[in-house]
Amino acid sequence: MAQPKARPEPAEGASVITDKMRAQIGVESEPLTFEVDKTACRMFARAVGYTDPIYFDEEQARSNGYRSIPAPVGFLGHPVYNPNAPQRLGGYFRTDTPFKRILNGGTDIEYFDTICAGDVLTATSKLVDLSEREGRIGPMLITVTETTYRNRDGKVVARMRGTGIQY
Amino acid sequence: MPNQLYFEDISEGQEVTTLTQHCDSQRLVYWAAGSGDFYQIHYDKDFAQRTGLPDRIVHGALKHALLGRMLHEWAGDEGRVKRVACQYRGMDMVEKDVICKGIVTGKRSQDGENLVDVEVWTETPEGQKTTPGTATVSLPSRS
Repeated sequence: MAQPKARPEPAEGASVITDKMRAQIGVESEPLTFEVDKTACRMFARAVGYTDPIYFDEEQARSNGYRSIPAPVGFLGHPVYNPNAPQRLGGYFRTDTPFKRILNGGTDIEYFDTICAGDVLTATSKLVDLSEREGRIGPMLITVTETTYRNRDGKVVARMRGTGIQY
Repeated sequence: MPNQLYFEDISEGQEVTTLTQHCDSQRLVYWAAGSGDFYQIHYDKDFAQRTGLPDRIVHGALKHALLGRMLHEWAGDEGRVKRVACQYRGMDMVEKDVICKGIVTGKRSQDGENLVDVEVWTETPEGQKTTPGTATVSLPSRS
């Protein structure tokens, strides 16, 4: 197991937020494609413990007014994984900070339309806030990233705000 | 799902039907596969302890999704979950129940939708609130 690369400890009282990091605020990422598949919706629903048949049986979903199996709350598709073309949203400056560890600080997802299996979403992401705080676990850098998901027609179907805690 | 909930049935202070989900290590592996989050602190005890944690912890996003499931099951077939926001303030350890709760804070009609605002949270079996948040659900009207 490779140990995380040693980085300098943040100096007491000094800000770890650099001008370079601040300059990232509001900069929209390249678009990334997320596919919403039937099997992926089922796997997600199973993981969360759903028993509602709309998440497993396409006919049942249709008879309840959905185009296909709907994406359960929190599922916004999977990015198309390709180890030969690494790309991801966010994490732009992670290596620029002195912190070694990251925690998920919070999730806020707002829906503007129903997302169903068969949908292909295009997401763009931007850093919207950077702050520092002294917590129980020591000095923390708090990042807020906003990701906007559009369907094939260009309509915004969901917006996610994710809070990251680096410490 | 039976027993459709209607907008007219809702009043401030009303409780959302509690959802309890036991989060054993298999549940966390299901979640890793379903969500695509393969960070080892959630299923590899040695790895988790090397990062300073006492044991594997429940994924924050799984708790968000469980709050979503609680609201979906409460709102019934014709209800729709419009927003779920929560903060991961405390850790939930593997092999324990995550208890999801909610209480109605208000109702409003907006752009032709009947919206219900809910304060939501998860708590541990010891009663510690680890994931406070807010949510909005749309419900059908009887009229």
